[in-house]
Amino acid sequence: MTAPALELRDLSVGYRARGAEALVLHGLSLSIAPGEVYGLVGESGCGKSTAAFAALRALPRNGFIRGGQVLVDGQDITALDPAGLRQLRQTKVSMVYQDPGRALNPSLTVARQIGEVYEVAGVGRSEAFSRAQAMLLKMRIAGPARVMRAYPHQLSGGMQQRVVIAMALAKNPALLVLDEPTTGLDATVEAEVLDLVQVLRHEFATSILFISHNLAVIGRMCDRVGVLYAGRLVEEGAAADLLSRPLHPYTARLIQCLPSGKRKADGRLETIPGFLPAPDDMTPGCVFAPRCEFADDRCRTIVPPLETQPGHQVACHHADRAQCTIAPAPPRLVSAPIAGAPVLRAVGLSKTYGDVRAVRDVSLALLPGETLGLVGESGSGKTTLARMLLGLEAPDPGGVIELDGRFVAGRAKSRTRADHKALQIVFQNPDSALNRSHTVRRLIGRPLARMAGLPRRQRAARLLELVGAVRLAERYLPMRPRQLSGGLKQRVAIARAFAGDPKVVICDEPTSALDVSVQAAILNLLTDLQASARVSYVFISHDLGVVRYLSDRIAVIYLGRIMEIGPVQAVFDGPHHPYTEALLSAMPGAGARIQLHGEMPSPAALPSGCVFQTRCPRKIGAICETTEPELADEAHAIRCHLPRAEMGRA
Amino acid sequence: MPHLARQIGQRLGLSLLTLLLLSIVVFAGAQVLPGNVGRAILGPLADPAAVAAINHELGADQPLVLRYLGWIGKFLLGDMGQSYVFRSPVAPFVGAALLNSLKLAAVAFVIVVPLSIGAGVYAATRVGRWQDRTISIAGLSLTVVPEFVSAIALILLFGVWLRWLPISAAIRPGTDWLEQLRRLIMPALPLVIVLFGYIARMARAGTVAALEADYTRTAVLKGLPQRTVIFRHVLRNALLPTITVVASQIGYMIGGLVVVETLFRYQGIGSLILMAARGKDLPMLEAGILVVGALFVLATLAADMLQAGLDPRQRAR
Repeated sequence: MTAPALELRDLSVGYRARGAEALVLHGLSLSIAPGEVYGLVGESGCGKSTAAFAALRALPRNGFIRGGQVLVDGQDITALDPAGLRQLRQTKVSMVYQDPGRALNPSLTVARQIGEVYEVAGVGRSEAFSRAQAMLLKMRIAGPARVMRAYPHQLSGGMQQRVVIAMALAKNPALLVLDEPTTGLDATVEAEVLDLVQVLRHEFATSILFISHNLAVIGRMCDRVGVLYAGRLVEEGAAADLLSRPLHPYTARLIQCLPSGKRKADGRLETIPGFLPAPDDMTPGCVFAPRCEFADDRCRTIVPPLETQPGHQVACHHADRAQCTIAPAPPRLVSAPIAGAPVLRAVGLSKTYGDVRAVRDVSLALLPGETLGLVGESGSGKTTLARMLLGLEAPDPGGVIELDGRFVAGRAKSRTRADHKALQIVFQNPDSALNRSHTVRRLIGRPLARMAGLPRRQRAARLLELVGAVRLAERYLPMRPRQLSGGLKQRVAIARAFAGDPKVVICDEPTSALDVSVQAAILNLLTDLQASARVSYVFISHDLGVVRYLSDRIAVIYLGRIMEIGPVQAVFDGPHHPYTEALLSAMPGAGARIQLHGEMPSPAALPSGCVFQTRCPRKIGAICETTEPELADEAHAIRCHLPRAEMGRA
Repeated sequence: MPHLARQIGQRLGLSLLTLLLLSIVVFAGAQVLPGNVGRAILGPLADPAAVAAINHELGADQPLVLRYLGWIGKFLLGDMGQSYVFRSPVAPFVGAALLNSLKLAAVAFVIVVPLSIGAGVYAATRVGRWQDRTISIAGLSLTVVPEFVSAIALILLFGVWLRWLPISAAIRPGTDWLEQLRRLIMPALPLVIVLFGYIARMARAGTVAALEADYTRTAVLKGLPQRTVIFRHVLRNALLPTITVVASQIGYMIGGLVVVETLFRYQGIGSLILMAARGKDLPMLEAGILVVGALFVLATLAADMLQAGLDPRQRAR
């Protein structure tokens, strides 16, 4: 019998910080068979990445292995000397991590960076070059010669990640660790990279430790899955079985946090109340007990052992009850958009930077209380459009923005205070949006003073009201952003945006940096605020599930052009634009995926005719290259020459 | 690479504009501010007729614009004018002084660059430990010591007390190059002291960032030997900003050394400018300042181009 590709035996890992030590992994045991793909899932801070780095003995400087063993291909790597460790990394293990742009050296060509993997194994330089090129071909990269000569910044994110994977597989490793390899990539690019990994795992017969917070991705990619909570394995089993029949309440809750096809009218999303325990928390009993609805005295005193059922292990005293929670949440009343005059209207907005035409002739209208989802790949112009609505970029001459039927200036500087109050934004990254040196009280209080113009006494009352509305406990008021978790920071950012009673809030990927349970809480919050404050949202996201949950209407943007706009149900059910069809097919759990060929053309050199014609799988013929289709003025408009009857349906 | 060409063109244009403005300022400072050039030369008690005569002789009675155009036109053709004091062309004086300054700068450069970059990189690999602290604190402390303090201390230590090196750096014609070098070491040291901490700090900061970068971890996880990781992956990215800083200091190392040159009686461009100012030798002063200004502009331009050439992200797409 061959040894497992990776075996962790009772592994405990900790970090040293300011003289104190804190354990992050507590006696983690798992085993990955040769050729197997094992998924490790859990929310941020649960120890996933620590486990990944421990598997290569590449912990940060202040990390240490407290106990246990790490066996790669049967060899205990905790005992290796530096030379042995180098040998191991040269031949047996590889790792791919989140941001491919940073994983590649910016000042070396791709050829050098892949080539040196062969060179360090003793291959001559020219041979290494040709092998590197062959490797790129295996990554399904068309025109590898061009990519070989390129520097990383000249490649798109998807292409960079292919190069990183090529580098990782060049040594034909026994174990490949993928740490959130597609987080941060566009949905379509993510789907392509995942497809590639699926194919390569068979081609290279490599075992994979696949780390992700994304349950859908894990379910799609992995044979077996382990669920990590606070550094402990709480459940493990075959992927399909575990995701459809979770036995641990944490896993069950995690799955329910996903919108998975739901709409906001269908009901609230489940959340997981409370927080991950701090690493130095020494509470006895089950680690999940403080957040678990089934917790009883036994859970709070006795640590549940990992019990094995056939092909499925779980550490819970109430494993038989986790299923109970999967019941449809009661539907709730949500505010319907108010028909009539739009609150925000944009007509003929364009933005040109030199040769780059980022946004072209976009018109849209937003009803009071309505949510318009904005969908498109990075570079499609959706953020530029949002910035123009906010006045952060002035539209090209001719573009008109109206608020409540009044014309508003293109530049934020020329806008009135009332305009600023009415149009607010919630950014993707609350870390950079909030001033780090201010307290929560100041962060929310300042816009109250400046935008709402409230006198001091009313301000205090309104502050508490606002803090309550975003479900932020009062004890956070004196804290600074760095003392808050990502979800709490985003709540502060939302409270700040709502301080001046806005009419329209632009949400630019507000949940994409958050864990699923926190994402669910924020989506619930946005829905509640909309119901009570009658605010309208422009909601930008690359996560179509999230967009579907929150939006009333959706606009699909490609190369600065609206390709399709209509009610959510109509856009999802079809008939849809071929581009929308491709986007939808990239969603996890969708049927056969539609591959788009090549990369998005540069907005500095737009294709003639329909902008999508260079990649369109449904191109009819010459008309697509010569004439751009119109976007008719109708409820569900599609910019395509295809007759509706021939368009795809979900 | 049209992008790069355009960038260079822009930079060049800006540099020329800077020099044009500098020449106007220099001209204004030397010819206009003193009011009457002849009076400035001959002094307050001189006979008005003599003043008028010398003004006419120097062309100082012509309109300003004509005088400026005449001056700058000749300057561009290599004619820097006649020295009032020596009654001979300025150019050979400036040329000789410039050569001396270049020699001094070269010696200082050769000492300080490897020393400070080496120390900075070493500190970065020992970040937080005593070696790092020693280098950082020593570098910072040395940087704040003015040249005239360190120069006098050096003179006392090596010149007067230990008697290892000559106090004066003045070079007589015919001195062989080894002796020249020996005499240049001590004047170079104050420059080294000023620049060491600055460059070492840049090198350290860049190296620390590069060592923590994901791409360095990628290189380590490829199983590359540590030498390769440091030299191929870390330093390449770490030293980019440092190189730019070093290049931008070249102007200072050549043109900003009045104090050091005076203390060591070294006839560089700095002491030439000082001498010209004392002797009211306006053409010499103008030429000296303009040459130093041109050097600063050229050094900055070189630094920018070096950076653009070394960083593929700044090169054309």
